[in-house]
Amino acid sequence: MKIHTLEKAFLGAGLVVLLACAAALVYATFGMGIHLPGDHGRIDPSAVRSTAPFDAPGVRPLEDGRYEAVIIGSAWSFEPASVRVPVGIEIVFTATTTDVIHGFNIEGTRLNMMLIPGQISQNTYTFKEPGEYLLICHEYCGLGHHLMAGRVIVEDPAQFAEVR
Amino acid sequence: MATRTSVVLNPAGYDLPDTQRRALRWTMYIGYAALIAGVFHGLANALSYAGISILGWFPGLSTYYQGLTVHGVANVLIFTFSFSNAFLPLLTARALSRPLHTGLLWASLGALVLGNLMVIYAVVGNRASVLYTSYAPLQAHWTYYLGLALVVVSTWIAMLNMWVAMRGWRREHPGERTPLLAYVSVASYLMWLLASLPIAVSFLGFMLPWSLGITETIDPLFTRTLFWFTGHAIVYAWLLPAYVSWYVLIPRQVDGSLISDSYTRIVWILFLLLSIPTGFHHQYTDPGISQGMKALHGVLTFGVFFPSLATAFSVVAALEIGGRRRGGKGLLGWVRKLPWGDPSVAAQILAMLTFVLGGATGLVNASFTMNQVIHNTTWVPGHFHMTVGTAVALTLMGVGFWMVPHLTRRALYSRRLALASSWVYTIGVLIFARGMISGGLAGMPRRTFLAEASYGSEAWRLPGILTGVGGTLMFVGVMLFFVVIGLTVVAGRKGAEPTDIPVSDTLTAPAKSGWEPVLDRLGWWAVAAIVLILIAYGPFFLGYDYTPVSPGFRLF
Repeated sequence: MKIHTLEKAFLGAGLVVLLACAAALVYATFGMGIHLPGDHGRIDPSAVRSTAPFDAPGVRPLEDGRYEAVIIGSAWSFEPASVRVPVGIEIVFTATTTDVIHGFNIEGTRLNMMLIPGQISQNTYTFKEPGEYLLICHEYCGLGHHLMAGRVIVEDPAQFAEVR
Repeated sequence: MATRTSVVLNPAGYDLPDTQRRALRWTMYIGYAALIAGVFHGLANALSYAGISILGWFPGLSTYYQGLTVHGVANVLIFTFSFSNAFLPLLTARALSRPLHTGLLWASLGALVLGNLMVIYAVVGNRASVLYTSYAPLQAHWTYYLGLALVVVSTWIAMLNMWVAMRGWRREHPGERTPLLAYVSVASYLMWLLASLPIAVSFLGFMLPWSLGITETIDPLFTRTLFWFTGHAIVYAWLLPAYVSWYVLIPRQVDGSLISDSYTRIVWILFLLLSIPTGFHHQYTDPGISQGMKALHGVLTFGVFFPSLATAFSVVAALEIGGRRRGGKGLLGWVRKLPWGDPSVAAQILAMLTFVLGGATGLVNASFTMNQVIHNTTWVPGHFHMTVGTAVALTLMGVGFWMVPHLTRRALYSRRLALASSWVYTIGVLIFARGMISGGLAGMPRRTFLAEASYGSEAWRLPGILTGVGGTLMFVGVMLFFVVIGLTVVAGRKGAEPTDIPVSDTLTAPAKSGWEPVLDRLGWWAVAAIVLILIAYGPFFLGYDYTPVSPGFRLF
């Protein structure tokens, strides 16, 4: 089989581009610490509200100085509907669903997770700017899907500590 | 000058028996009917992003999401597979100059019709507003799952029909290479046959008994994973029939030639091997799947981009050969000399050009880390309306401009109107995708009735308007297409139709000796594909603890 010179060059260049993309991904994962949700345990969706940490949804300090925001999705709202977190400190978002599949997406961030019945979803993020961020369900979950939203209020550490 | 070898056994022509033409014609009509049913809802969905709700104008429609279900199911499942069920067997028969099996043709059509009737019953009655992804534990009526399974069965019967024809031909032609047109047609559906097994298992083994009440509960991550096991390869099952046209039909339509026989077969083998073990890149943001497995599928997804790069070279080379044979000079002079006045060619070149943007945006989706920015935003439908929504749909419309006349023995009704439909559609999709993609980058959610959402964003306003404007133009383009096709069927001039399928030739003939005949051993390549699938999915399924925790929810 004869392969044209130009074609070899084209495919070679394409291969280089693909390898460069792959290298960028490796760098983003290990160099920049951008992770995807992975395996974070299971939960019985019918017993979410009596299973830790979902028995106390909301924000709580962790021993290592970070904070955890525990959020429950169910048709068609988030509980709590709004959470307050400090700017500049890593937040662990832990969430699940009590009924169907929901989405969990905070605007302007890379926090983007699926909430799947029986599974616990988790990812971390450090907010760089204080302000109010929209949290929406971005997976179809029935008739009221477009009404399912919440808020994340990101505050200066001083203000956050004061109200707390 | 190299020798030119036809991609079919007999370039002089071959005519299918009338009863088989009739079966193929009706199979194709079902596809086009599904396309028209779906695009009305597509218009309503696009306008919703511009803040306009036209749902009140749809008699019998209960909700936005019912319409969105119709749009997805009718346009990407029924339209694509019905058309391919007619297109690929037609090409196989032509390539081998031998008839198909009449009984299998009608059986395939029968399964398709029965499946459609069941799906229509479920969806029209708002019993299955679960969107085409059918994620449990949203639970549809059992007729929805069984109906879609029957649609899949119709594709299996079409595959069997082609396989029988190819086996028969090989027995009669020992030692000869399978004509290229038959090879790519069969290989396309062979890939789909493997890819369709997980969704068949999910629908028949889990969803159906659960929706009938035989089992109480289901494991949503498990069935979702089975869906995406099929769900990425399914886009290649839609795309490969379009590639068949681009590789082996379009060169003839532009007076060009396909550059290489073996190269083309290798591309199809790469798709057979790499289309399926990539599904986790649709589940990057899912819990319960390890990051390592996600990364492996990410790498393989980059791998499956490679045969599409090879396609870009081969297809453009064939176009260039054609343009130069037609008198084109200079670096790009051949582009103007292409037969832009032929609506079948114009539609497919526009589809190819749009596909460049579709492919590029796909790389972002596949990117392990960047995916988190755009997952489930309108970026994704922005991307796939340029791939399946244009590269596939517009190609299948362009193919229709010769295939409908060929199968009905009537000339195309209006060349100008046909040309207009493709241009309007393409301009529409580019505006539409610009809106959806920019909106997606600003977090605008897909699959959401934004016109009545409890939230919004200033950053979504312009993207939403572009989505609505572009979607309206796409709708107009498809409507023009249906005017042309409808008038062709009822009022096209008799006796002026294309009597043969446009089949290309290749500049390098298939070798009879050496390693290249190994490419024709599709059965062995399928085994290799299965091994790769086991490597990519085995660890997940072996380590998975199936835990049915979810009863059905009917929240629609």
